[in-house]
Amino acid sequence: MRVPLSWLREYVDLPAGETGRDVQAKLISAGLEVETVEQLGAGLKGPLVVGQVLTIEELEGFKKPIRFCTVDVGDANGTGEPQEIVCGARNFAVGDKVVVILPGGVLPGDFQIAARKTYGRVSHGMICSARELGMGDDHDGIIVLPPEHEAGTDAVALLELVDEVLDIAVTPDRGYALSLRGVARETAIAYGLPLSDPALIDVPGPNASGYPVNVADPFGCDRFTARTVTGVNPEAHSPIWLQRRLQKVGMRPISLAVDITNYVMFEVGQPLHAYDRTRLTGPITVRRAEPGEKITTLDDAERTLDAEDLVIADDSGAIGIAGVMGGAHTEIAEAGPDSGTTEIVIEAAHFAPVPIARTARRHKLASEASRRFERGTDPQATSAAAQRAVDLLVLLAGGKADAGVTEVVAPSAPRTIAMAADHPDRVAGTEYGRETVVRRLQEIGCDVYGSDELIVTVPSWRPDLGFPNDLAEEVIRLEGYENLPSTLPKLPSARGLTESQRLRRRVGRALAGAGYVEAPSYPFVGAEIFDQLGLDADDDRRRTVRLANPLYDTEPLLRTTLLPGLLATLRRNHGRGAHDLALFETGLVFRPSGEQAAPPRLPVDRRPTAEEVAALEAALPHQPRRVGVALAGAREQAGWWGQGHPASWADAIEAARTVAREAGVELTVRQDQHAPFHPGRCAVLLAGEEVVGHAGELHPRVVKALGLPERTSAMELDLDLLETQAGGPVTGPRVSTFPVATQDVALVVDASVPAADVERALRDGAGELLESLRLFDIFTGPQIGEGRKSLAYALRFRAADRTLTADEASAARDAAVAAAAERTGASLRGA
Amino acid sequence: MSAPNKSYDPVEVEALKPEEIERMRDEALAAIAAAPDLDALAHVKTAHTGGTSPLALANREIGALPPHAKADAGKRVGQARGAVNQALAARQTELEADRDARVLVEESVDVTLPYDRVPAGARHPLTTLSERIEDLFVAMGYEVAEGPEVEAEWFNFDALNFPPDHPARETQDTFFVQGADGSDQSGVVLRTHTSPVQIRALLQRELPVYVIAPGRVYRSDELDATHTPVFAQVELLAVDEGLTMADLKGTLDHMVVSLFGEGMATRLRPNHFPFTEPSAEMDMLCYVCRGASVGNPDRPCRTCSSEGWIELGGCGMVNPKVLIACGVDPEKYSGFAFGFGIERMLMFRHSVEDMRDIVEGDVRFTLPFGMEI
Repeated sequence: MRVPLSWLREYVDLPAGETGRDVQAKLISAGLEVETVEQLGAGLKGPLVVGQVLTIEELEGFKKPIRFCTVDVGDANGTGEPQEIVCGARNFAVGDKVVVILPGGVLPGDFQIAARKTYGRVSHGMICSARELGMGDDHDGIIVLPPEHEAGTDAVALLELVDEVLDIAVTPDRGYALSLRGVARETAIAYGLPLSDPALIDVPGPNASGYPVNVADPFGCDRFTARTVTGVNPEAHSPIWLQRRLQKVGMRPISLAVDITNYVMFEVGQPLHAYDRTRLTGPITVRRAEPGEKITTLDDAERTLDAEDLVIADDSGAIGIAGVMGGAHTEIAEAGPDSGTTEIVIEAAHFAPVPIARTARRHKLASEASRRFERGTDPQATSAAAQRAVDLLVLLAGGKADAGVTEVVAPSAPRTIAMAADHPDRVAGTEYGRETVVRRLQEIGCDVYGSDELIVTVPSWRPDLGFPNDLAEEVIRLEGYENLPSTLPKLPSARGLTESQRLRRRVGRALAGAGYVEAPSYPFVGAEIFDQLGLDADDDRRRTVRLANPLYDTEPLLRTTLLPGLLATLRRNHGRGAHDLALFETGLVFRPSGEQAAPPRLPVDRRPTAEEVAALEAALPHQPRRVGVALAGAREQAGWWGQGHPASWADAIEAARTVAREAGVELTVRQDQHAPFHPGRCAVLLAGEEVVGHAGELHPRVVKALGLPERTSAMELDLDLLETQAGGPVTGPRVSTFPVATQDVALVVDASVPAADVERALRDGAGELLESLRLFDIFTGPQIGEGRKSLAYALRFRAADRTLTADEASAARDAAVAAAAERTGASLRGA
Repeated sequence: MSAPNKSYDPVEVEALKPEEIERMRDEALAAIAAAPDLDALAHVKTAHTGGTSPLALANREIGALPPHAKADAGKRVGQARGAVNQALAARQTELEADRDARVLVEESVDVTLPYDRVPAGARHPLTTLSERIEDLFVAMGYEVAEGPEVEAEWFNFDALNFPPDHPARETQDTFFVQGADGSDQSGVVLRTHTSPVQIRALLQRELPVYVIAPGRVYRSDELDATHTPVFAQVELLAVDEGLTMADLKGTLDHMVVSLFGEGMATRLRPNHFPFTEPSAEMDMLCYVCRGASVGNPDRPCRTCSSEGWIELGGCGMVNPKVLIACGVDPEKYSGFAFGFGIERMLMFRHSVEDMRDIVEGDVRFTLPFGMEI
């Protein structure tokens, strides 16, 4: 809402020196978000006067037509002689009144005017356009003024060129602030000054001779005022002051009747509509649209109406979408040979906010009117607003007010709120006292009765006030939020972070400690990523949550795995020249669970039952928390210390172990084939018997399809599942101080035997004396035999209660080897 | 004790003459001093203190002396051997020190060599800043509450007093989940704020409730230098008997002091949110200029554009309608809540100029933030 300070002063007698900035500060403190204060005419300096064009000489031979004019500027040039001015515009004729700036003047933008030679003549000043004067960008050409202004009159004052305009972002609850009346009320309160309410005017009572109106839907429209003005002069134009005010609030002047309805809307906050009475057939009816009913609106668009839309109709059908936009057929016509509206019916109605909001949204048709109705207008203001429009039509268009006054009013009681007088004190945590509370509520227009328990009747223009806290807010904001004390509540004791929250932090630290960089990514994906990842047609990860209004049509789905985001981030970094990359992400993935029914529409006037909440939950997809890594390039750099090593499947699996270790889970790793991984370099990761994720090197086709660095490896684990498998507290080990006995064995097995199987057999066979076991070498070659491999293990034995003898250690080792032989076909190398 | 020696040599032994003993001692000392290294010293030791060394032999001769000469000779030989041993030990120490010094010099390395064998990792600053904020409230006695990101509209809107078709609902730039029938109105959305977690907390927890709810939220804004469709929020909810707006103000003040240092403060400005009443916009004092740039063109402040205050987020007293939707008696309980975006705070707390740097996952952006923020 744009509010010219000059217009605001009409309703509040602000101190003369008060600037827009001053008013801005006051209003912000009162809760109106004044975003900017625009300085109109900043830097403008006269002489800027009304001139009358005396002669026009067309100059030939230039790229565009140029006129050399003499202009009567009265005494403004000190001589009274005609002023010689060169002008490039053509939209004026001899005798027209124009706006002239004389040498020595300065236009906005520091445009200094001096006598200067141009197009072979000397131009002593300039004839101005609206744009040059900072009045708006609407019209090309220069301003032609109505003839009644005397040459030589100061145009700065005439055109109200110097002004300040407050731009206010009005929150949805404060519809009343979408008017000068509402902003003036807040200003008056902030300054402690009286308000001249523009809606407080004498209005004749309703009678039976007004234009007939039927309201078929009193819920949608509880008030409809219709007034008629006849004898309107279609040639009459909006006076400068009216045009200027509309320009300053951001409306384009159109025609006198339309300008008047807009003017009153900005002044009082009541949207009006003007009908050409001669084009109305029969009574005006307010009703819901017929299914399939059509209307051509003022913007010349034909619209098919919905049965929910509230329309204004006459015997010919819909003539307007109520509260949103009028129809083209009954539009006020410009003056013309055989047209030109002379009889006008003014509509001032109160429509219910929700239907208007729904209709405006349905037709994607937001208007100044719908904005106001959606937020709630003042139902009591319809007759005053209609009267203002009638008065202006009479005054400015020579019309005659018809005696008929139509008022259709659905009965309603004033809204009251019961509130303890100390309620604002208790909300704020400070003591205002009853007297202050009552005074503040009266200032905003409430009637207040009662002592300890107040009965507050709220003003008709404040539909947002419905509960005691609404009133408390009014008191607190007017007393100043900045004056609130600062205290701290006393909290009960709490339990800190949950295990799950702590785990997530540990996982992040462990991965970062292992050289991974956290890279959270957007969860939006397109379906083609699943093809690029090589997922089967029936892969569960293809079952996605789809957005109805995605940001990009190419990414309408939510991720079912972290890999697309991680891999995209890896590729982005790679493309920017980072080649040794290790990334991780922790976040939710979205997995639709079976047939998802729409959630029930639950009420909000009570706590939902457990069943109702469960029904809501059932409508949501499963959203497990995952952790994933992606890595490529060198995991360990080569350098003066020796060789590095490339990031590989092994690092990806180790990252999973790093995560699992933080959860207190020992992962079981098994060979697997699972997209998007390399079929020979993929591990399924288990916690107990529960599959918690996969790791490995990506399939070369995936690497190619996604444009990733070669041998990119990745891992993804379900953190929620992992957490359920977490072991309990660690039991403190008994530390034996007896000496260790070490034994190395080299076992030859079939190349296809997983090392994990050999290790498990060795552990099982070695028994309790085994303290640790480590695979320190793998060897293949002709000595071992084709299709065979040798695994060299270091075994450490120790007893809790004695020094082991060589025989005991050997016996344990032999038992381990025997178990490996039995379960994996291993034989001792060289045996 | 052995019997007295009766068969001593009547002739005095040549080797036990005082000058002979002195000579043997001096020769030994000279050899010791001349030993150039530990190996040579070992040889010198054998030659001058070993079983066949002159002094050892002389010592053996003492027993053959007549009683009157024994004491004197014994004393001389003993003193000589003592002096030799002492010299040996000293020289040994000296040579060992020389050797050690030499070896250490030989083993010296260039300690300025780089060692970037395994490069460092880092956690994302959005994560660590969120944790820092969580921690400060956990220290006050709040618990961290969480909820799903794909959320029912009832939790995201209705229960928070966004009535259907209310203009406020339009302001949220909501991503809607498509229904199974392909419709736009599935009743499920990507949560537009972490406020639904407040509703869940009120439904799941015993009163009083003091929770902080961090998490990812979604609004359909295009990514640019100051907007992102996916961002992180932290919200706080306190519902208890007798909570006031002054408590809200105090909690906010405490937060900005904890995050930005002593002397920081917040300012509330009236605003409107459906879920709070009264509602306020919260600003914090500009932590860079502390307001000194206001009306002071000589000292402009880029962080706050010389406004003196930085807009942080929204807050207010929990709207009683929200309490009612959660089955909490608004006659008995009141509450306050606030929320703000982590990206914004990251931007001004760490002078980040472009939102895209925060969301794109470039390792060069994230690495300097390390493990904690």
